[in-house]
Amino acid sequence: MGIIKAKQLVHEYIRRDEEGNVESIQTALDHVDLDVEPGQFIAILGHNGSGKSTLAKHINALLTPTEGSLWVNGMDVSEEQNVLPVRQTAGMVFQNPDNQIIASVVEEDVGFGPENIGVPTEEIWQRVEESLKSVGMLEYRTHSPNKLSGGQKQRVAIAGVVAMQPKCIVFDEPTAMLDPNGRKEVIRTAHELNQKKGVTVILITHYMEEVVDADRVIVMDQGKVVMQGTPREIFSQVGKLKEYRLDVPQITILADLLRQSGLDIPVGVLTREELVGHILRLAQVEPPAK
Amino acid sequence: MLRDITLGQYYPADSVIHKLDPRVKLFATMLYIVSLFCFKGIAALLVISLFLFAVIRISKVPFKFMVKGLKAIMILMLITALFNLFLTPGEPVVSFWIFKITAEGAKNAVLMVIRLVYLILGTSIMTLTTTPNQLTDGLEKALMPLSKIGVPVHAIAMMMSIALRFIPILIEETDKIMKAQMARGADFESGNLVQKVKNMIPLLVPLFVSAFRRADDLAMAMEARCYNGGEGRTKMKPLHYENRDRAAYLIIVGYLVVVLLCRRFLPFPM
Amino acid sequence: MSIILDKVNHIYSPGTAYEIQALKDVNLKIEDGQFIGIIGHTGSGKSTLIQHLNGLMKATSGAIYFHGKDIYDEDFDLRELRNRVGLVFQYPEHQLFETTIFDDVCFGPKNQGLSKEEAGLRAFEALRNVGMPEELYYQSPFDLSGGQKRRVAIAGVLAMKPEVLILDEPTAGLDPAGRDEILDLVARMHRERGITVILVSHSMEDVAKYVQRIVVMNRGSVMYDGTPKEVFRHYKELEAVGLAAPQVTYLMNELKAYGLKVDTDATTIAEARASLLEALTGIDSQKNDFHR
Repeated sequence: MGIIKAKQLVHEYIRRDEEGNVESIQTALDHVDLDVEPGQFIAILGHNGSGKSTLAKHINALLTPTEGSLWVNGMDVSEEQNVLPVRQTAGMVFQNPDNQIIASVVEEDVGFGPENIGVPTEEIWQRVEESLKSVGMLEYRTHSPNKLSGGQKQRVAIAGVVAMQPKCIVFDEPTAMLDPNGRKEVIRTAHELNQKKGVTVILITHYMEEVVDADRVIVMDQGKVVMQGTPREIFSQVGKLKEYRLDVPQITILADLLRQSGLDIPVGVLTREELVGHILRLAQVEPPAK
Repeated sequence: MLRDITLGQYYPADSVIHKLDPRVKLFATMLYIVSLFCFKGIAALLVISLFLFAVIRISKVPFKFMVKGLKAIMILMLITALFNLFLTPGEPVVSFWIFKITAEGAKNAVLMVIRLVYLILGTSIMTLTTTPNQLTDGLEKALMPLSKIGVPVHAIAMMMSIALRFIPILIEETDKIMKAQMARGADFESGNLVQKVKNMIPLLVPLFVSAFRRADDLAMAMEARCYNGGEGRTKMKPLHYENRDRAAYLIIVGYLVVVLLCRRFLPFPM
Repeated sequence: MSIILDKVNHIYSPGTAYEIQALKDVNLKIEDGQFIGIIGHTGSGKSTLIQHLNGLMKATSGAIYFHGKDIYDEDFDLRELRNRVGLVFQYPEHQLFETTIFDDVCFGPKNQGLSKEEAGLRAFEALRNVGMPEELYYQSPFDLSGGQKRRVAIAGVLAMKPEVLILDEPTAGLDPAGRDEILDLVARMHRERGITVILVSHSMEDVAKYVQRIVVMNRGSVMYDGTPKEVFRHYKELEAVGLAAPQVTYLMNELKAYGLKVDTDATTIAEARASLLEALTGIDSQKNDFHR
């Protein structure tokens, strides 16, 4: 079994009036199936309100399924005694960097998770140092988080999760509030953790450029998984993505338009290098020797 | 303007005072405050001043930072001084119209101002040399015995440290909301008191909404990192006394004894 | 001529250890009816700059003229300036406070001294302009989705009928569709109402698609000021200060380096497509104007 497996997962937000009568039911997850292999880098795309954050919160046992089941490393998240082990296995990084840093000193914040799970003092220090190093924030260990940039704060938050040595990290729109440089820092860090430490990464985002390097992309809409495949497979369906209120990297759109105008360019061009190659081929210019 | 508040602002430096156990600093601050309110006589004042300025010097915190904290209580200081100056009964030295100043009044006013200034300076040393987290850790450990009688010491300490972390964020947020509402023509300055309170609604409602949203997010982030109350937690920075802490306890107790001795044997000329 | 900045400097906490020069000798002319993009990374001074334009912040030195009048003159009415230069802050939905959407939008016009009826008319118009469905007018703004809240917040400033509308990263945190909707809305305001729009953004792609003029801020100074084409010609220098030109600019420049006759000034997808088709097939596609 994969590290994360969902079977017919349903989640309903039920709103009640003052007397406790059901006012409205909103289905945030609608029979979702999911199977993630250890070590993968998975991206989940979807517009605001598509249910992707609700899914993320199940993986961390912050929400429990209304129907269906979800297993993290074989543990059923609906079972009470599994809650803490699940949270230790699957860490989570949230959107707002300010609202997830608890301590007033960087290193103390990174130590917060290990403290909670009862790691001995000496080992906490080791873990804090290691995790700060792995996100490139070691030199800021005694700083106050308030003085850091958004990208740096987010990397501290990631270090705080890494210090708990999870097998999997869920990033819930970690870049939505950052500037372009901060976004790059965070995505680079996620990839490094995936490659160097073998951490399974689930990246939830609505920035398409960030998912180009993922192993698999999952598109959600109205609580359902509506598309699934490699980035190339997904981005070759420009029209469909637009229907789901998503957009496509500029280069992919341009390649698609050129193809529609009759040029011999394949679907799903992802990077600038690829498009340059295709255009040079069409213009019969020697492609760059590399 | 809102950013000038020094209280709860840690000043990083490498000094003995910084390294002391927070429990020592809490205890010392308490004894120091006691000394401020029971001293008598110029000799005691001299001892207190010497002690205070020696500690400031040792702490390596620039004096400028300490003085910043004083600005915030300027008005309070002024009012206290005026009250003491005019309302102390006794033989008037100067009098005009309905006001009269007595010798006791002048003395009390000066003393009160000194007390207030020293109080702020002394407590600033503690907050400037101790991170909020160390402070709450110190409080938590010092008050731990109370948890046996059902006081949620850990929860209180956690709340305090979170409050301290979010104060600067909320101050900045207040600034931002205020500006945004001013851009919509809001006026936070003019009008009578009722008007002023009413004018605060466009500031306070968004501020509360935001604070609740942050609280919600933070609770979730803490849960996600396996926070489960104080039970079974270990400490990254556990507190235990070292020789310098024991020495500091001796010094501060000795200091109070000296001040009390001055009060007993050298209470003049006050 | 609507706003002129003459050697504007702004220094935070002058005379202390935290002294930061946020604006350095900024000279800028903002003409009536322009659609301007201000670009720069965090800390470049762009947020400080826009807060000077409506008098929320005061320059440490230098002068600012609004329609020829010095806004730092003693008899200059700063509140009047704020009425005419509307500023929408980042995450404007965080400033909503009234019990209904309608009342919230009325807040600005009422502060301008308009009667209840007039303020109401303004609110109706503004809400219609941002495309809020009428059945929502009397609901609580706190129940809306993120994108809708932002529209209401923008309507709150539009209802004051400003001559100049400044938006500080109006699309931050929105999803792609929400982002396009807000930018289209702003572009429509500019087109139909002829108001001056100043858009602060991180996204070169967005700016290239919409604005007529780009001001690049770097370390408190104006680094470039010109049309998107002029500014993006400096894509290498922009890169050096941590900014990037649109992806198509890089593509076109790379192709040109291989000897292709393409237009390196193309900054939008439509322009790039036209130029590439012409270079590869000889067909001038500009004739059947294409819209993405």
